[in-house]
Amino acid sequence: MEKFTQLTAVAAPILRENIDTDIVIPISRMVGNEARGSLGQWCFSALRYRPDGSENPEFILNRAPYRGAQILITGVNFGCGSSREAAVWALKEMGVRCLIGSSFGDIFFNNCFQNGVLPVVLDRATVESLAREVEASQGAGHISVDLAELTLTAPSGKRYPITVEPQRRQALLEGLDEIAITLQRAPAIAAFQEEDRQRRPWVYER
Amino acid sequence: MHPRTQLAKIWDAHVVADLGDNAYLLHVDRHLLHDLGGSRGLLDLRERGLPVHSPHLTFATPDHAISSAPGRSGTSSVGRELLAALREETAAAGIRLFDVDEPGQGIVHVMGPELGLSLPGCLIVCGDSHTCTHGGLGALAFGVGSSELAHVLATQTIVQRRPKAMRVNFEGSMPIGVTPKDLILRLIGVIGAAGGTGYAVEYAGSAVRALDLEGRLTICNLSIELGAKMGFMAPDDTTFAYLAGRPFAPKGHMWERAVADWRQLPSDPGAQFDRELTLNVASIAPQVTWGTSPEHVIAVDQSIPDPATIADPSRRGGIEAALDYMGLKPNQPILGTKVDWVFIGSCTNSRLSDLRAAAAVVRGRKVAAGVRAWVVPGSEQIKRDAVAEGLDRVFTGAGFQWREPGCSMCLAANGETVPRGERSISTSNRNFVGRQGAGARTHLASPAMAAAAAIAGVITDVRRMGIA
Repeated sequence: MEKFTQLTAVAAPILRENIDTDIVIPISRMVGNEARGSLGQWCFSALRYRPDGSENPEFILNRAPYRGAQILITGVNFGCGSSREAAVWALKEMGVRCLIGSSFGDIFFNNCFQNGVLPVVLDRATVESLAREVEASQGAGHISVDLAELTLTAPSGKRYPITVEPQRRQALLEGLDEIAITLQRAPAIAAFQEEDRQRRPWVYER
Repeated sequence: MHPRTQLAKIWDAHVVADLGDNAYLLHVDRHLLHDLGGSRGLLDLRERGLPVHSPHLTFATPDHAISSAPGRSGTSSVGRELLAALREETAAAGIRLFDVDEPGQGIVHVMGPELGLSLPGCLIVCGDSHTCTHGGLGALAFGVGSSELAHVLATQTIVQRRPKAMRVNFEGSMPIGVTPKDLILRLIGVIGAAGGTGYAVEYAGSAVRALDLEGRLTICNLSIELGAKMGFMAPDDTTFAYLAGRPFAPKGHMWERAVADWRQLPSDPGAQFDRELTLNVASIAPQVTWGTSPEHVIAVDQSIPDPATIADPSRRGGIEAALDYMGLKPNQPILGTKVDWVFIGSCTNSRLSDLRAAAAVVRGRKVAAGVRAWVVPGSEQIKRDAVAEGLDRVFTGAGFQWREPGCSMCLAANGETVPRGERSISTSNRNFVGRQGAGARTHLASPAMAAAAAIAGVITDVRRMGIA
């Protein structure tokens, strides 16, 4: 997995609530075993393009300096809905490495950590004040996130502590591979199955 | 002993390792694969040189990308590739595949319970967020992403954080015309699309106890639309009667032993929940969504909300954008809204009881002029059972299309879409922007409500259709 350590970047506020993963990447663009790698151009399609395929100039990621923003400041329940990991792939292919919001869809939140993308949860008032600061600077004010130090620095220079679960933080900092780590526990898994087969044989036998 | 929740009991029984910080390595009892992501996961493993850890606990069926047209004639080239890859990779790994036109094939969340693969007390995962459906049997079931899917294939375990416990009590008896779909949509309307985030939701109360198993699956199916990855119910005699004799359910002495174990699963009296709420079912009316989140829901006899009355700017903006997308005006009744498409299907509402409820409304009537109405049964078995009792003829006689089982227009992964700007009433689970096709406008409702709209040509109150 790609590491995440520190990032200072343009941050784009997208504060509409309940942005679901169907909006992040529509199903029509992700069907097929080879779709990964070409998803970035279709990220946020319904917001980013008009029906004729041209760019919608109203959408923040189509405007300088937000185009190519590596940080999104997101509304309540961002990433709700479908479990499609392609939503994270699409964001990452578009350049996004960090999201800052007050709540995220549970499955999406998990999927971010699997792909070297850091979702930061802050209280809603802080999220909205960060968005206001960025907007007041017309996007010129960058946000800085330091995962090693567990801090977020606003454009004003004000620092906020952030909380990231220790194991997830370590996995991002070191780019750890979860499958390889779990495979080291193969004996424990085998022992569990053997014991469980005695306890609940109907799960294993038909 | 300290009273425990059903969540705690099932969770604790699956812990392979306590990883600290509320993270656990859990054993997965059933892993269900489908055509959209199944072969990719198996290919990922092969590329890493890893075998599938427990192929006998893994089951596959195509549902998302296959056409629902008669003879599957409309399957796209990419859909055909995914089906071929699923066949090839499951065969290579020794995973049982329930293929098209075979009994057992169906929407993955319909076929699992139907075959008795999904059992009480099991931990079930699938690369699909509606895996919470299986909770209706008393299982702990949730959707996973592609990376987690590969992890499960490689290790038969998953790393999870233990959620908080919420209990929702549905008390009282359901009025005529009100269905399990209406109960869960109402709950989403009350606590919102993020109301269950971070929780596992246990549904309880007299209305749940009185429900048949298929209705319980419908309620659990929409847990993810509350933000809850998992939702479930206590297994009881209704559950056991449903499972008895199903092809993969335990038999004979093993059945007795399993049932004795399952009777220990329900939450103990006095078990503590982090959040608990009660809804009075008697006051719930048929529900219909007006916007682009399942929380944008009202009773069919209510009016579309006015964003001008909402103080919170991001909420107001969301409602304005939803109304704009849906082509609707504030303060108008939802009743009488013209529909172009009717979709009866999906892992929410495509089971035999759903088709019967819709057929009861349709029988002897005709689909309104200009409306295209589809019925897509949830599985090959449901299709055959429905045909055996003549439901297909009720639908086709009224002007519905009777199609082959799969996910179809719920998410349009197979290219079956509602055209831009057209309005659909759908028994599925998501009214998201573009969910049924770019620019498609979706209203979620129960099968009876969808059938009523097909006949009337507009959103209508099924309670006024003269159906007992």
